[in-house]
Parts: sequence; structure tokens; C-alpha cells
Amino acid sequence: MTTTTPDQRPLVRRERLPGARSWSIELRRGYALRLIDETGGANCSALFYNAQQHLERYNMADTLKAQYTAYLTKGHCCYSDMGRILVSIAEDTCGWHDTFCGVSSPEEVAAQYGVVRYQEARNDWYRSGRDSLLKELGKWGLGLPDLVANVNFFSKVAVSDTGDLQFVSGHSPAGSRVELRAEMDVLVVLDTCPHPLDPATTWAPKPVVCEIIEVPPAAEWDACRLSRPENARGFANNALYHCQCHG
Amino acid sequence: MTKIASERDPATASFTCEVPAGDPWLHEMRAGQTLRILDLKGNQAVDTLFFNARDPRERYSATDTIRQQRNLYLTAGTRLISNLGREMLRIVADTCGRHDTLGGACAAESNQVRYALEKWPMHSCRDNFLLACALSVQPLGKRDLPSNINFFMNVPVTASGGLSFEDGISDAGKYVEMTAAMDVLVLVSNCPQLNNPCNAWNPTPVQMLIWD
Repeated sequence: MTTTTPDQRPLVRRERLPGARSWSIELRRGYALRLIDETGGANCSALFYNAQQHLERYNMADTLKAQYTAYLTKGHCCYSDMGRILVSIAEDTCGWHDTFCGVSSPEEVAAQYGVVRYQEARNDWYRSGRDSLLKELGKWGLGLPDLVANVNFFSKVAVSDTGDLQFVSGHSPAGSRVELRAEMDVLVVLDTCPHPLDPATTWAPKPVVCEIIEVPPAAEWDACRLSRPENARGFANNALYHCQCHG
Repeated sequence: MTKIASERDPATASFTCEVPAGDPWLHEMRAGQTLRILDLKGNQAVDTLFFNARDPRERYSATDTIRQQRNLYLTAGTRLISNLGREMLRIVADTCGRHDTLGGACAAESNQVRYALEKWPMHSCRDNFLLACALSVQPLGKRDLPSNINFFMNVPVTASGGLSFEDGISDAGKYVEMTAAMDVLVLVSNCPQLNNPCNAWNPTPVQMLIWD
């Protein structure tokens, strides 16, 4: 018997990532990845690559300038450097996902939370977002040059008129969810380390539930297609890609 | 917005050159040297990346730079931080006041998305970066191109999270100066974009000056 979501879509898999863990999956077009902030206050750093050609990857700048936005929410698309849409944000209850703060370094984690090593703490040791992503990228033959500006799902960082940044604590309530629809075959690399600007001084990384759902293609009236004329052209570029060798 | 003038005399620079509109420029700077980028005609975006000259896997990181200073815009006092969290250069003078690092480089493909599918044949900064990488003795390629700096470009973020491309706040004769904390490769594209006001619809040359 096929498991389904409450709205009767086939649910292939539900995977629970504990806090400060990484995960990756090659997600084919026709599937969506739903991220759920189980307890509230989670951070889920994400990178996206063309599954067949990892040189094509999520491009923060092209994503933001195409949609005249500094953050991401429902109706937005995550663009590659090749003018194509890797994933579109089909649903979002959170309203704002950070795009420009990157991930924590080992030095930042040590300065903020202290040093807790595997030797003493076993699997509760403190990890940095950068090291976690580098380890996960390594599984696909990727490394430091491939670690680019990522999305931090469930995290909001507000910007003042003068450009000063303010992390918004309590932004994502328990049960927040965001649905990423693969618009081509994509490698998704995830990490659940705390947001690097989260001012908490106690190490308490939060879990994220990942659901893989079978979904129909974006309809002609889909919000992601219609939200901006730029996205109509992005989908047109995807249509050209889908008639090519690996599209 | 911080504006700090420099006391360095152009006559004492150890290196100068003019980068024509639409051209790439790749140059190695030693630790301690200072680079001035001079906007000769005004409102000219200068797309710029830095690499550790000894190991180009270490490179400028927009996110690390933004995060360490907890501010989106670059100006005098900004430390330009690498993907390994280290200071590569520090901006020591700036008569423009604000520079962008969110907007990235224009490319044939992003021009298609932003303006029209038939825009792809237009020249772009990414093409400049790719050619400079291909001709470099360093092992550089597309994989090594992260989000860059756009000196003299004005891309304000609104309180509601909107991103806009505004008329430049630079002018003829304005400049930005930075001192290298390590040996760095400087990779520049003097932006050829004709589809938005980032170059005041008229790309123009810039001058590079280096002091020891």
C-alpha cells in the first residue's frame, strides 16, 4: 500500500535529520522535497546542483536579481548559473528564508558555543555548517570550490536601511514547512547546523524532517511560473533543457 | 555610508593600467600592496574576485564577508574574507561609500532570464571571467567562480527584503582602495552590461593603480 500525504500525494520516504547533521539526495524531476521544522527554530542549509553536471549549480546572485528579492518564499525559484530553475518553492508556511549569510565555520562555532569533541561527546559533538557540507559534498566528488552561497531555510535575517543585519529569533514555529519541487534532476545537499548568526549561546541544533513526494509538473497557472515574467523565461529555458541529452 | 579619501599619490604607484570597458583583467598582488580602482568616467560597475595566489581554492566569499561584518554593503573598513574565514584584503579608502556583493556577475544565461531570451549573444562579465580563467597559468575555471564584488554598483535591499538595481552613486574620479593581507590574484571584469543602469547605460574604462 502506498503511503500518501494528507492531500493524497504519494509519499516515497520520510527521513528525520537530527540537528547538526548533513544529508544529500539526487531528486528527479517529478518529485518534491518537503522540509519540516519539527520543533521550531530549525535551520536547514541547502545547496542544489544539476545531478548530471555538477558544474551547473545554485547561484545566489542570479536567483535574487532575477526575482528582485533578497529572501526566498513561495512562488520563488532557485536558479542555476545557466539560467535554469533547479527547484521551485511550491509551498511555504514560513515566509522568509535567508540567502546571504552562508554557514558557520569551525572557528565561529568554537567561539560561540565552545569546543566539544567527538572524543568526549560521541555523536553529540559540535559541528560547523562548513565542515558538515564539505563532508557531504565529498560523497559526490565535490569540494571547497563547489561550496557556494547557500539557502538557509527557516531562518530570517532582517536588513536595516544601512545594511546592518539582525537575526530574527523565533521566526519559524514548530511545523513550518517548505516544499521544493525539482524542475530538473538535482543533487540536493542539506545540513541542519544552527544558523551562523543565531545568537544562542547554548548548542541546541534542531531536527528537520525531509519528505520525498511524487508531484505533477508545474501547471501553466502555477504560482512559481506566474510570479514574475523572469520565471516564465526560466521555465522556457528548462523546457529547452528537457529535450536535450540529460534533461 | 563611510567615505575615506586616500593620501596615496598616483605618481608614486608602482603599477598602473587602464582596463577598457568590457575587458577582463587578471593580476597578482603581493601581501602588503594596495590596489586602487579608479572610476574614470563615473557609474562603472567593476566585477571583482580574489583568489589566494598560492592555492586558488581559497577565494573571496561574499557570505563570509557579509556575515563577519554583519552588514550587506562593502566600504572603507570592510575586511574581504575568504571561504576559509581569513582576511584576504581590507578596504582602506573609499570615496564612493558603498559597494555591492549580492548582485553577482552578468552572464549570457542570466541576461536571458532577466531581460529576454534573445539577449544571450550580448557580452557579459561571466564570459570575461571564463576567458581570463582559461588563459591563466592557474588551474581556474567555472567551478572557481563564486559570487563576486561589484565595486561602484548600488543594489540596495529594502526593509521588506526587496532587491533593486539603482542608478549608481559613483561619479567620475571616485575610487576604492584595498590592501592585501596575503598574496592574491585579482580577477576583474569591467562590466559590459547594457540592459540596466549599473553602468549608466554606457560602459566606460577604469584605471588600476598599485602601490608597494
